Amino acid sequence: MYETNYHKATSVADAAARIEAAEDGKLLAGGHTLIPTMKQRLAAPSDLIDIGDLDELKGISLSGGQLTVGAATTHTEVAGSADVIAAIPALADLAGEIGDPHVRNRGTIGGSVANNDPAADYPAAVVALDGTVETNQRSLSAADYFTGMFETALGETEIIKSIRFAVPEKAAYCRFPNPASRYPMAGVFIACYPGNVVRVAVTGASQEGVFRWLEAETALSANLSAEALNGLAVDADAMLSDIHGTGPYRANLVAVMAKRAVANLA
Amino acid sequence: MTKVNMTVNGTPVSGEVEDRTLLVQFLREDLRLTGTHVGCDTSQCGACLVQVNGVPLKSCTMLAVQAEGGQVRTIEGLADGDKLHPVQAAFRENHGLQCGFCTPGMIIAAIDMIERHGSDLDEQTIRAELDGNMCRCTGYHNIVKSIKAAAVAMAS
Repeated sequence: MYETNYHKATSVADAAARIEAAEDGKLLAGGHTLIPTMKQRLAAPSDLIDIGDLDELKGISLSGGQLTVGAATTHTEVAGSADVIAAIPALADLAGEIGDPHVRNRGTIGGSVANNDPAADYPAAVVALDGTVETNQRSLSAADYFTGMFETALGETEIIKSIRFAVPEKAAYCRFPNPASRYPMAGVFIACYPGNVVRVAVTGASQEGVFRWLEAETALSANLSAEALNGLAVDADAMLSDIHGTGPYRANLVAVMAKRAVANLA
Repeated sequence: MTKVNMTVNGTPVSGEVEDRTLLVQFLREDLRLTGTHVGCDTSQCGACLVQVNGVPLKSCTMLAVQAEGGQVRTIEGLADGDKLHPVQAAFRENHGLQCGFCTPGMIIAAIDMIERHGSDLDEQTIRAELDGNMCRCTGYHNIVKSIKAAAVAMAS
């Protein structure tokens, strides 16, 4: 790891001022992507501004059909939260499948959403659950927020404060983990809302990062069953193709995970 | 250099570190507590697990300065004098280690899962919760047996 200067922020405002002042600053929360990346010298920020312990970024609350999760809330906290389990059990399941128990003790929802790794799980939940990303500057809908692989609408010094999810009637998330890394090679989050509105978000598979599978949404809105997806397929040429699996392999996984998610809706 | 202060295995310690110093480096190289191991160095193998403020985490993926003011517990802090911690004793009795490299992390992980699940801890849960701990001797069977035995022993 190259040298860096560590700052522990005392508030979101303090963090904003520090990252503004830094030459090439990075926000640090759980650090479970950033620190490994720095160790490999793939990132070398001049300054690290630690927001992981800020109380104003922690906590989970449920009101008015919205579940709000503070950006520095860990995966373990989301997985074990009574509010999350009651309102959106699929979100608790998703959080409980990220990494391993000790990664989940450190990794945060805000960090995952800010990094927008194409193989991260949370982006699928944010998109399918009609999520809103609240920053210290504005509110962003999922559609405006996710702009491509490892890319988001966040400004260089913008800080995610919380993620808001619209509580669905039912939802499910199914992922196919890579046998070695456990990152999803395809993960499909399906959420159902009143009026036969179905949202289907896919992570892990596409070259563009998380995306909505609109064709599947239309089919499931008309007929909420796994059979409704028969014959539907995502474009294999748009899927990631690497040593772990070809585009057609991933496209098939998307369809299979989508069917499993429909079967598991709760 | 930054001064860090923390309590390690009940003893207040301090040191001068670069901000980029990992917690595991501080423990091993500055404090000479070499029971905590570095296996993969990529946040996957769990050999570097320690408790920080009661939470087991990977000390290779945390900066020493982030543990400022914290309570750190390592494998060296488990035994009571010559009396092994019940999880350590169970690993010895059940041949829960071969080369021993992964053992400190396995034991820190085991203590946490026993604290959360108690004597209800079953084999399936143990195997699922060891997702982040790798044994390259592949001696998982006896590791699982040791943790199960420790869960029973600690409940009685």
